[in-house]
Amino acid sequence: MDNFETYMPTELKSTPVGIAKEIAETDFEVRSLDTICLNESEKQHPLWYNLKYSMVGIIFGIVFVKAEIISWFRIQEMFKLQSFHMYGVIGTAVLTGMLSVALIKKFNIKTIYGEPILFRAKKFNKGQVIGGLMFGLGWAMTGACPGPLFAQIGIGAFVVFVIILSAIAGTWTYGFFRERLPH
Amino acid sequence: MEILKHPWPWYVAGPIIGLIVPALLILGNKHFGISGNFRHACAACFPAGIRYFKYEWKKEIWNFFFVGGILAGAVIAVSMLNNPAPIVVNPKLEAELAAYGINDFSSMVPRQLFNFESLFTLRGFIMLVLGGFLIGFGTRYAGGCTSGHSITGLSDLQFPSLVATICFMIGGFTMSNLLLPYILSL
Repeated sequence: MDNFETYMPTELKSTPVGIAKEIAETDFEVRSLDTICLNESEKQHPLWYNLKYSMVGIIFGIVFVKAEIISWFRIQEMFKLQSFHMYGVIGTAVLTGMLSVALIKKFNIKTIYGEPILFRAKKFNKGQVIGGLMFGLGWAMTGACPGPLFAQIGIGAFVVFVIILSAIAGTWTYGFFRERLPH
Repeated sequence: MEILKHPWPWYVAGPIIGLIVPALLILGNKHFGISGNFRHACAACFPAGIRYFKYEWKKEIWNFFFVGGILAGAVIAVSMLNNPAPIVVNPKLEAELAAYGINDFSSMVPRQLFNFESLFTLRGFIMLVLGGFLIGFGTRYAGGCTSGHSITGLSDLQFPSLVATICFMIGGFTMSNLLLPYILSL
C-alpha cells in the first residue's frame, strides 16, 4: 500500500491527524473501498451482473442447510466438544481455501474480466481480541454466525430476522462509539 | 437424489465452502465475508452522519446479492432436499437441554427458543436480541466474522485472522459451557 494520506477520506483530513490516522488504519474495509484499484471496473457493469454472486450464494445456502451448519444444536456440540462435525467442516474449508489462494498467487490467476486478483493484508489491532470475544459470545447464544442467520430465515425460522435487525443495531452502535473504543 | 436428502458429511460440505473463496475472487475480486453486510445496511439506511458509515456502499451491493442467494439456497434445500427426520443430537446435549425444557428436535433451531413469543421472555430476549447485538458489534469491532476472518483470512495466512478466530472460539466456549446454563435456566 502506498501513501496513507492519499486514500484517507476527505472528512478525516480535517480532524487531528493522530486520532484520524489511528482509526483509519484499523479500518481496512473503508480503506479498500476508497482505493481506486478495487471495484473500479465493476462499476460499469449493470446490476444484474451481481446475480452471479447470488448463484454462489445459493450453493452456499444449500450446503449450509444440508450439512446442518446452521443448526443451533451443532454449534452447541462444537463448543462442548461433543461432535467433530463442525471442526471437520471449518478445517476442510480452510484447507481448501488456503490451497486455492496459494494456487491463485502462484499461477497469477486473473478474474473472469482479466483483472489481477488482489489480496489485502490485515493489520493486528485490539479489536480482533475484544470484538472477537464479543462475537464468540453472540455466536454461541444464537447458534449462528452471520451467514447462517440468512439461511435460518430461509428454512422458516422467521424470528431470526429479529436477530439480524439486532446485529445491524449492534454494528450501528459500534460505528457510533468507534472512535472512543480501544483499537 | 435420495442420498442428497440425508445430512451431508463434513468432508463434502467443508471443501465446497472453501471453494467459495476462489469462486468469489475469480468472479470479480470479491472477498468472502458476510458480516460486512450489516455495515452496508447501516450505510444504506441510517448513516446518521457517522464517519464509519460514510462510504460508497453501492460498490458493495454484490454482497446483498450473495446473502440473498444464501437465503434462496436455504429455501431450495428445505423444499426440494428436505430430510423429514428430526436432527440427531449428541445424547449428552439432549439430556442437558431437556433439563431446560428444550426437547423439540424437529427443526435445526430449537423451536422452543426460536419463536416470536420467546422474544418477550427474559431468556429469549437475551439469547436472540442481545446475542444478535453482540454478533453485530463484535464482528465489526473484530473486522470480520467466521467467513471474513476464519475462512478468507486464514486462507490468505493472515495472522490477525488467526487471533480473531481463536478469540471467537474462546468466546463461544465460555458462553456454551459457563454462561448459557444460567441463561437457559432463566
